[in-house]
Amino acid sequence: MSWIAIKMLVGDRAKFLGIVIGLTFAAALITQQGSIFCGLMLRTCALISDVTGADLWVMDPGVRFVDDVKPMLESNLDRVRGVNGVKWAVPLYKGNGRAKLTFDPGDIKAATYPPDVLRREREGPPRSPSPSNVFTKGLDLFAPASGDFSTPPPRWYDPAEVNVVESVILLGVDDSSMVGAPPGGPVIGPGERGRMWVGTLEDLRRPESIVIDRVGLRKLFPGCHLEEPFADPPESDEAYVARLRAFLRSAPEIEMNDRRAVIVGVCEATRSFQSSPVVYTLYSRAKRFMPMERKMLTFILAQTADDEGGKKLPPEIVAERIRRATGLGAWTSENFTYRTIKYYLIYTGIPINFGITVFLGFLVGTAIAGQTFYNFTIENIKQFGSLKAMGASNGRIVAMILLQAAVVGAIGYGIGVGLSTLFGFKTLDRWGNPTELAYFTPWQLLPITAAAIVFICVLASLVSVQRVVRLEPAVVFRS
Amino acid sequence: MPADAPPKADSSPAGPSVAVRVRGLTKHFGRGDQLVKALDGVDLDLYSGQMSLIVGPSGCGKTTLLSVIAGILDADEGEVAVFDEAITKMGDRAKTRFRARRIGFVFQQYNLLPALTAAENASIPLVIAGWKKGPAVAKASEVLASIGMAKKVGSLPSQLSGGQMQRVAIARALVHDPQLLVCDEPTAALDHETGLTVMELLRESAVRSDRAVVVVTHDNRVFHFGDRIAHMDDGRVDKVEDRAPDRSAA
Ligand SMILES: Nc1ncnc2c1ncn2[C@@H]1O[C@H](COP(=O)(O)OP(=O)(O)O)[C@@H](O)[C@H]1O
Ligand SMILES: [Mg+2]
Repeated sequence: MSWIAIKMLVGDRAKFLGIVIGLTFAAALITQQGSIFCGLMLRTCALISDVTGADLWVMDPGVRFVDDVKPMLESNLDRVRGVNGVKWAVPLYKGNGRAKLTFDPGDIKAATYPPDVLRREREGPPRSPSPSNVFTKGLDLFAPASGDFSTPPPRWYDPAEVNVVESVILLGVDDSSMVGAPPGGPVIGPGERGRMWVGTLEDLRRPESIVIDRVGLRKLFPGCHLEEPFADPPESDEAYVARLRAFLRSAPEIEMNDRRAVIVGVCEATRSFQSSPVVYTLYSRAKRFMPMERKMLTFILAQTADDEGGKKLPPEIVAERIRRATGLGAWTSENFTYRTIKYYLIYTGIPINFGITVFLGFLVGTAIAGQTFYNFTIENIKQFGSLKAMGASNGRIVAMILLQAAVVGAIGYGIGVGLSTLFGFKTLDRWGNPTELAYFTPWQLLPITAAAIVFICVLASLVSVQRVVRLEPAVVFRS
Repeated sequence: MPADAPPKADSSPAGPSVAVRVRGLTKHFGRGDQLVKALDGVDLDLYSGQMSLIVGPSGCGKTTLLSVIAGILDADEGEVAVFDEAITKMGDRAKTRFRARRIGFVFQQYNLLPALTAAENASIPLVIAGWKKGPAVAKASEVLASIGMAKKVGSLPSQLSGGQMQRVAIARALVHDPQLLVCDEPTAALDHETGLTVMELLRESAVRSDRAVVVVTHDNRVFHFGDRIAHMDDGRVDKVEDRAPDRSAA
């Protein structure tokens, strides 16, 4: 009977498409909105996941999430070091710095752009500037309307780019161990081992030096053509790194708290919620980049020691000990992540807003798919009636309807999840890193979407099933 | 109350035996003001090896009677035995199984599934009986070929004329070799000529010594196809005619 059910289903092409589109819509909307939501939630914990090498985060007991900066006295560092089970503990400064762009990008542009790139810029296909792209302004400045490059345009930079103040996330890592700094080594795409595009951590030991993340750098120096976004074929990583190197050779700098900060390295940072540029420097230097306060220690990063048997102590237990001994907040990275996400879930309207969208998608999908499926069954009621008259049992007819529901459900789920995954991939940059749009699909989202689709299908088919089961086979003789 | 005597009851060992026995059958629809007495104490015997017609004006209860005989409608009172099995006493499941095994249906509106080809449509009773698609469709194609539809096995109902669709429906009704064939107004949707050929086809292919064919019709131009004609009016069988086995009349 199953082949009859399938033929009945796809035989009515318009209805079939209607049902599938409804379910696709629901599945796509649920997965997509869910993924954006999860992506955003993940961004709130970007710093926690970027700090590697330490098990434990220690902080003021009032800190509820990672961006909730409540500095402590530096004496707390020794108190934590004194707790049994702590192998080592180092300071981590985190603050919102103000970077002043004192810098004329024109000089750098002339210095960093090789002649062939300049030529390509001039002769390449016309580019459609996209408003979302931070390079647009730079490109427009760069390619004069006349197309004549023999005489440089009068200004190489937008004066508005100079003396602008940008907010940055300032991170100061322990001067000697540098725990919390991005792991060195080249970036090799998503899940990379190293996170440094150019420069090494040792470069941070040079006076006044800072390391900035790639996206932040682009944001701070939009006129400098640090990437060639419209290049076709796309620029190679080597070319990109070479350009960054040339850029750094011209010793670009910013000003923080009236002090000079020289950029010596470019790293990759996970996108954060605020998406401000991330500036890494040493702890002692970070304090000087900020106005002086009595309390400057934001976090303490600690590692748990091994027990007598040489096995690692469970970090949860050491965290508990620190909390009890010092009265500070102490969490494993994982727990701190949960606390941060929980804070955003409870105290921001974000989940409600997304929940409404997901629920609407669910409702609309249910309405479209359920209604079309029901119509489909009702229109076929006479066919089901004649099958019943000819001796098909209710059970087999119910099985036919459920099979039809399962088929449209599976197709709708597949297309919907596929579409939103495709959409998710489209939001990544060429290294597979998230861009402006947060998007992350945890595997749990897939069964949740599947459950929603199953629910819609079961609901739609139940209504149809009870109509067909109650159907008197005698209807077949009524014209 | 004596049952009508079967004609030539003793003429041959395979002679007509009672296939359908109806006794005191009543059926009401609705209630109160709306109450309709569709069947009002019907007694009737129908025989194997014959084509029986149930005739009468529209609304006299023919379809209701046929539905009860075929086991798709429950009567209020009375008994119906089909090949000695009392279907009025069967439960729903037993009746469903009984229909699947023993009864072939031909409907006025053909009731073919529009998404299935002629052969697939004709194979449905076999599929219901548990056959796999391949053998079922092959068997159905044979039956279609035997009634002159060999060229149409792959056609969809929408590509067939009314007469052709009714032929497919007849093939479907016969494919599983049922003992009782019930046809409700099989010619009513067809023009006169086509109606006659459909009736001829039923006579030739369906009537067998071990099978009873019951046709409900109000079309008096096809009465001469019947071996036994039950005239109904207002929920009752008024008169039962047995006709000569000679059916040269036309
Ligand atoms: N499901 C039903 N509900 C109510 N009345 C019905 C129903 N089926 C048949 N009837 C009534 O029962 C009577 C007999 O109907 P039917 O057996 O269809 O007559 P025929 O087939 O001879 O035209 C008619 O008056 C009809 O209106
Ligand atoms: Mg009728």
